[in-house]
Amino acid sequence: MADSVAPRHTTTVRVTHWVATLCFFALLLSGIEILISHPRFYWGEEGNIHVKPLLTLPIPASRATVPTGYGYVLPDQNGWSRSLHFEAAWAVVLSGLFYVLAGLSDGHFRKNLVPARADLSGRALSESFADHVRFRRPGEAAAASYNVLQRFAYLAVVFVLFPLTVWTGLAMSPAIVSIAPSVVTLLGGHQSARTVHFFCTILLVLFVLVHIGMVWLSGFGNRTRAMITGHVAEQRVVTQGEHP
Amino acid sequence: MNQLSRRKLITTALGATAGVSGIAVAARLAGRNGLTPPAWHGIFGPGDTVTYSAQRLMTRHTMARPFSREQISKTPFANEIAPPTGEFNRLQAGGFADWRLVIDGMVARPASLSLADIRSYPSRTQITQLVCEEGWSYVAEWIGVPLRNVLEAVGVLPQAKYVFYQSIEKGWAASIDMADALHPQTFLAYGMNGGELPVGFGGPLRMRVPRQLGYKNVKFINRLTVTDSGPASVPPGGYSWYAGI
Repeated sequence: MADSVAPRHTTTVRVTHWVATLCFFALLLSGIEILISHPRFYWGEEGNIHVKPLLTLPIPASRATVPTGYGYVLPDQNGWSRSLHFEAAWAVVLSGLFYVLAGLSDGHFRKNLVPARADLSGRALSESFADHVRFRRPGEAAAASYNVLQRFAYLAVVFVLFPLTVWTGLAMSPAIVSIAPSVVTLLGGHQSARTVHFFCTILLVLFVLVHIGMVWLSGFGNRTRAMITGHVAEQRVVTQGEHP
Repeated sequence: MNQLSRRKLITTALGATAGVSGIAVAARLAGRNGLTPPAWHGIFGPGDTVTYSAQRLMTRHTMARPFSREQISKTPFANEIAPPTGEFNRLQAGGFADWRLVIDGMVARPASLSLADIRSYPSRTQITQLVCEEGWSYVAEWIGVPLRNVLEAVGVLPQAKYVFYQSIEKGWAASIDMADALHPQTFLAYGMNGGELPVGFGGPLRMRVPRQLGYKNVKFINRLTVTDSGPASVPPGGYSWYAGI
């Protein structure tokens, strides 16, 4: 039976993974475009060129009014960048909601993301950690499920980092905060929301870099094939009797 | 092709058809209820539309976030723009005594108001935040007359849907829907932080729309036009027509 082998990743996981990938890069590119119009960060409600920044990025800006120390001004691309940012945000939030609802109902989180009790012992954790720092490549059997550090990383991105990024993004909308001011006051103010949004981006970029590195290390072709078709190469050969 | 994947194909096709027709129905309903923005550009139409409909549904009557007097920024930022033109300078030299706000379009009594006329309406204040799409912000007290009061005085015709407003500066203009135009915090602002509205901040007259970003808060306005149709295209630079986020 060709379809008796459960896919490595469900259709929901595969589709939402690639929607998120596409949206992530759209959001990152457009986010950088928007950021360079004012590459300074503040805390609280007030932040402009007359206010002492918490952090200034050592890059040129796309506005002549921002003092950067560079003798030139980058081109302004905010118009389409903002539209792309929010369109991609809608797509990733809607597909993310679908992913979370499906993950709760089909047991994906319980089975694949919540670590097994046995994996939470100090010894198991330190072994997994040691495997990672030695760049030890997992066998195909081990790669058939997520290891404990991987599970923590995915849970943190899905349930902490991603929601915080959406929250801090919405907190910058003057219309959204008119519905519920606490959306922004809980964060410490408009500029605090913007600053946290930026650091969320940094963490998400770090996650993506480590994620790609790990996929590379554990077999880029097979891992990527599994995320596209649902199956790794060996499984296809065995179960469908095709010629390699 | 085996049995299961054929069934999958049919389900997928049916699902896709249902999805597409669902979106088409939603788009029609949104259009009929004034939930689609009047202008967007190309591939960003869906995003602009979903943002505008969602925010319009949730914010028709919400109030911009209030701030306390202590939160007023000591160092607000005027955002330097091109120096005002000769016409502006001439009016400024005369203390803006000849400044006029022309109100035309779908109104029962078109008008040309001096600053004194505008100040004769009961004045209101709000302490709200101005947020620029670039990322900077400040809090200020704004003094002015709710646009609603002026629109009621000139008699807006029932078919009106948008208010266009124009700066004396070439190329600076914007428009808002009636929900924002009639919102109690949408001001024709002529004062700031207890005094006159400084020229850098848009004096003598600026539109204040606190639930939208800075670029809808056009400076030096001298003309309002009430219409039943939105702008033909998005603002220059490809910025979204709706700026609630």
